[in-house]
Amino acid sequence: MTHDDASTHGDASLAATPLDALHRALGARMVGFAGYAMPVQYPAGILAEHRQCRTAAALFDVSHMGQALLHGAAADAALERLVPGDMLGLRPGRQRYTLLMHEAGGILDDIMVSRLEAGRLFLVLNASRKAADLAQIGAALPAGVRLEPLPDRALLAVQGPAAATVMARLAPAAAALGFMAVAEASIAGTACLVSRSGYTGEDGFELSVPAEAAERVARTLLDQPEIAPAGLGARDSLRLEAGLCLYGADIDETTNPVEAGLTWVLGKRRRVAWDFPGAPAVRAALEDGPARRRVGLRPDGRAPARAGTAIIGRGGETVGHVTSGGFSPTLNVPIAMGYVRADHAADGTTLALRVRGADLPAHVVPLPFVPHRYVR
Amino acid sequence: MSTLRFTKDHEWVRFDGTVATIGITEHAQTTLGDIVFVELPEPGRDLAEGEACAVVESVKAASDVYAPVAGRVTEANAALAEDPALANRSAEDEGWFFRMIPADAKAIEALMDADDYAAHVAAL
Repeated sequence: MTHDDASTHGDASLAATPLDALHRALGARMVGFAGYAMPVQYPAGILAEHRQCRTAAALFDVSHMGQALLHGAAADAALERLVPGDMLGLRPGRQRYTLLMHEAGGILDDIMVSRLEAGRLFLVLNASRKAADLAQIGAALPAGVRLEPLPDRALLAVQGPAAATVMARLAPAAAALGFMAVAEASIAGTACLVSRSGYTGEDGFELSVPAEAAERVARTLLDQPEIAPAGLGARDSLRLEAGLCLYGADIDETTNPVEAGLTWVLGKRRRVAWDFPGAPAVRAALEDGPARRRVGLRPDGRAPARAGTAIIGRGGETVGHVTSGGFSPTLNVPIAMGYVRADHAADGTTLALRVRGADLPAHVVPLPFVPHRYVR
Repeated sequence: MSTLRFTKDHEWVRFDGTVATIGITEHAQTTLGDIVFVELPEPGRDLAEGEACAVVESVKAASDVYAPVAGRVTEANAALAEDPALANRSAEDEGWFFRMIPADAKAIEALMDADDYAAHVAAL
């Protein structure tokens, strides 16, 4: 038997998050991810951690992600030159998902933007992209707008149906937030920046915390009876069930927002002005219909289809590839996402997945696989 | 009296003098984590030594299982196909993968014994 689990034994090239010692004390299995030693799972295991998040609440360390502030009265206008979302219209205390766009219409990163106050935006960037993002954003700023990376902050995610109960106990101000809202709140005596959002499809919160206080905040959260730690393994199976894109797998420089099913990120005003990088290609995909679409895939059998699996059409021809695939602990069946030729993208379409040389029947199904349960 | 042997790829082989039973080791199941799918060889299939002949998938990833020795498959564990987590709960007993008649019984003797395998795992 062989496996490709990237153990971190003696790998000094990996960066440590502020919770590294806590992960190891909790018995986490650490792996290399985007240059960081990260917990892929704790002793409970991925299935149990996944179910913990769906039934109660889970704590994730996502401190590998990039955090930054954009200062200046024209920070929103400056950011709009790089993304297709409406940043001018983002109200104080609100958060929005948007995309850093490639000139050819591809996606350089998917990011979260919060307006803390009029002239201050808070950005959360993917770990694998943060260096490139910061360089790109920094290079695009006019006089009077300043980018401040926040490498000394940890990011914790508390996700699950019991997350709000826990936050009501520890930080009532945070528990009062609506979906995609942000506010400062004190947790365990530490001023945290809290947003009501996440990457699991559940209600939940993300907490930006000073690195030196991260372990204290994390331990306070873990002391709550509803919460148990969960690693990157469960984070991946949770976001796949929720139909959420993973940058580098489901979206990248070669995928445009229309074929990725992210047309909703285009701001109404931006779809009139077409004034963002890659706008001509995005407009063409919108008006002509994209050549391919991201879809949910449900193998008829029990065999999971992993990223890279060829998707075979009715005539035996390859019509696409799986970009994320695995097993759904909630549904107890294999699930996948991938891109297929537009004429094979309708819900219910019968396809085959070429797994180890065999064409296994599968169907196109709507996303998400598991309904979102965000607070309303 | 059966013989128990191990491979460097973390399979175990229990040989009763006629039939060899093959599975993955306790170390392997711990490393893989939650097992959600197995693909087992068909009875009658002839295997070469080292041939990838079964697949075990955890939540995270797929891994190959190799034939420890050459031989012919006689049986696949239907209970494991039905309940892949059996390989987590009982890796070296009920969670066996398949059975085979080895082409050369002496090839099994040549594999690692329990002490050698423990040393192999400790050195990883």
